[in-house]
Amino acid sequence: MRPVYMVSGGITKFAKALPQTDFRRMVKDAFDYALADLPGLSRDRIDGSVCSYFSDHFTRQLMAGAMVQDYLGLNPKPSRRVEGGGATGGLCFQSAWESVASGRMEVCLAMGFETMGRVNTWKGNEFIALASDTNFDYPVGGFYTGYYAMMVNRHMHEFGTTVEQMAKVAIKNHLNAVYNPYAQRPGRLTVEDVRAALMVAEPLTILDCCQMSDGAAVAILASEEMAQKLGGTPVRVTGVGSGTDAMRMADRPHGEVILLPHENREEYADLKYPGVHSFRGGRVAAQNAYRMAGINDPGQELDFVELHDAYTSSEIQTCEDLGLCRYGEGGSFVDSGAPFMPNLDYGLSFSGSGKWRPLPVNPSGGLLACGHPVGATGLMQAVFAFWQLQGTIEKHLKDATLQLPDPRRGLIHSHAGTGTYITVSIMERV
Amino acid sequence: MDRNAKLPETEGGTILFNTDPIIIKHHYEVDYLHSYAQDSPFFVGLTKGKLMGSHCTGCGRRYATPRGHCMECGEPTEWVEIPGEGRVHTFTTCHFGGEAFLKETPFTLVMVEFDGVDTLFLSRLIGAKPEEVKIGMPIRARFLRNCKFKPTDVYFVPM
Repeated sequence: MRPVYMVSGGITKFAKALPQTDFRRMVKDAFDYALADLPGLSRDRIDGSVCSYFSDHFTRQLMAGAMVQDYLGLNPKPSRRVEGGGATGGLCFQSAWESVASGRMEVCLAMGFETMGRVNTWKGNEFIALASDTNFDYPVGGFYTGYYAMMVNRHMHEFGTTVEQMAKVAIKNHLNAVYNPYAQRPGRLTVEDVRAALMVAEPLTILDCCQMSDGAAVAILASEEMAQKLGGTPVRVTGVGSGTDAMRMADRPHGEVILLPHENREEYADLKYPGVHSFRGGRVAAQNAYRMAGINDPGQELDFVELHDAYTSSEIQTCEDLGLCRYGEGGSFVDSGAPFMPNLDYGLSFSGSGKWRPLPVNPSGGLLACGHPVGATGLMQAVFAFWQLQGTIEKHLKDATLQLPDPRRGLIHSHAGTGTYITVSIMERV
Repeated sequence: MDRNAKLPETEGGTILFNTDPIIIKHHYEVDYLHSYAQDSPFFVGLTKGKLMGSHCTGCGRRYATPRGHCMECGEPTEWVEIPGEGRVHTFTTCHFGGEAFLKETPFTLVMVEFDGVDTLFLSRLIGAKPEEVKIGMPIRARFLRNCKFKPTDVYFVPM
C-alpha cells in the first residue's frame, strides 16, 4: 500500500430540510467548493469516485449515486456506492483511501449525502429503525433512540455515569457549533436546559440526540505524487481501521476487554465486555488504525477527535472505545474538561482532574449540533479534520475560534447501528 | 397511424405543498411477503406460550434470541426452550418512536437476561411505571392468546 493524502474537501450547510436543492445539486455544491479550494485540481484529474448514502427510502431513487456521478460530469469514470448505516460516510472515506492506496486510482473523490427532510421525523425514525433486525428488534422497539437509551442505562449501572455528564457533552458540542456556520443546531445550553428538554427515551432528551438533516460533503484523496503535483496543503491519512458487531444488541457477548497497547488486563478484571454498554467494533477499528499510524497511547498522541456523537451517551461510550480514557471513565473524562475547547467559556466548572491532557472532542460541534445527514456525516468529519490540520479553519468557517493552535494529528470516527459497523481513520499534518 | 392521437384527461390531481421549489406528495407503500425462514419455529413457539432459543451443537453457547448458526463457532444450533423467568438487564421508556409505533407510546423496552443463557432478549415490559423499573428486577414472560406472529406476542411483567 502506498501513502494517501487528503487534498481538498467541501461541505454544504447542514439543515433540517433543504428543499431547494436535490441530492445531486447538494453534492455538486460541496464538490465545487472543494475544487475551488485547490486550483491545481481540475475535474479531469479525478480518476473515479465512491458515493455514500444510507437509505434509498429517504431518496426515493435507486442508483442515486449514478445520478450524482453524471451530474458532476464524471462519466464514464468508475464509481460505486458504499453503504453501512451511520458509518456510511466513514466507509466511503476508507473505500476511497483503498482506491488510492492500492494504486488503482491517483485521485479519488469520496462524496456523500442524505436527504432526510423529505419525510417527517417519525417516518425518518422508522426508516432508520429498519436498520435493526426486522424479525426481532424493529417490531418491538422500532426506534434507535430507545436502543441507545437502554445502552446508556446499563453504562450508568456499570460505571456510575450520570445524566449531568451527558448534558455536558451536549453543552460542549452545541457551543462549539456556535462558531461553525455549517452547523444545523448551534446553541448555548445549560445542564438544566438539556434535562428539561422533551424526553425522547429515558434518560435521553431531545438535546441528547442528533437531528435529521439534509446535506452533502466530499473529500478528495490522492497519491503522494499527485498530492505534490496539485499543490495546496495536503494532509496524510496515516491509519485506517474498521470493525463490526452483531446487528442485534441482544447477541453481544459478555467476555474480556479487547486491550489497547496502553492498557492491561488487571484493570478490567471485573468487566464483562462489551455487553450492551460498549462498542467492541469501535475498539477493533481504533486498534487497527492506531497500529497502522504507530499510535501507542491515543490520549497522549492525538490532538483532537471528531467522533460519531449521534447521542451524548455514545460520545462518552466512544471516548472509552478509542482509549482516550479507560472503560468506565468516560463520564469523569467529561467532568475533567479535557474534551472541551480550551478557549471557550461553557459556563461549567470542571473537576480539574489532571489525569487527562486536553484533547478536544468534536471541536466542530459533532453530529449533535452540526446534524447527521447520514451519508455525508463521516465525510463532514474528514473535512473539518482536514481544515483543522491545514490550519485553515478561519478561512472556511469565517471565524478562527475553533482553530486549534498547533494540531498535528486528528482522529475521525464513523459509527453505524448499535455499534454494528465502525470506522476510525487517523489524519496527520505533513 | 392516427395523427390526432390524444391521451384521455382524468379528474385526478396532485397534492401540492409548495411551488418554489415544487414539493408534491408522493405516496409509497409496499406489501412484502416476509418469510421468517429458519427463525419460524420461534414464532410457532409463541403460539404455544414458549420462548424458543438456540443451543449451539458445537460450542454449547445458548442464545435467548434464536439464530440458525452459532455466531461464535459457525456450527448449526438446535432449538431449546428458554425459561420464562428472567431479570431486567437494561431498560428504557420510549416517549416517541418510529411512525408505526407512535400510537403505542409511552412503552417500556427491556433487555432480558436469563440464567444459563449467554445472550439477551429484547421485549416490552408492562405493569410497572417507568420509575419502578430497575436493573436486576425479576420479570416473567406472558403471551398473547391471539397470536399476531410478531415478537410482541410475548411481553414481560414484574414478578
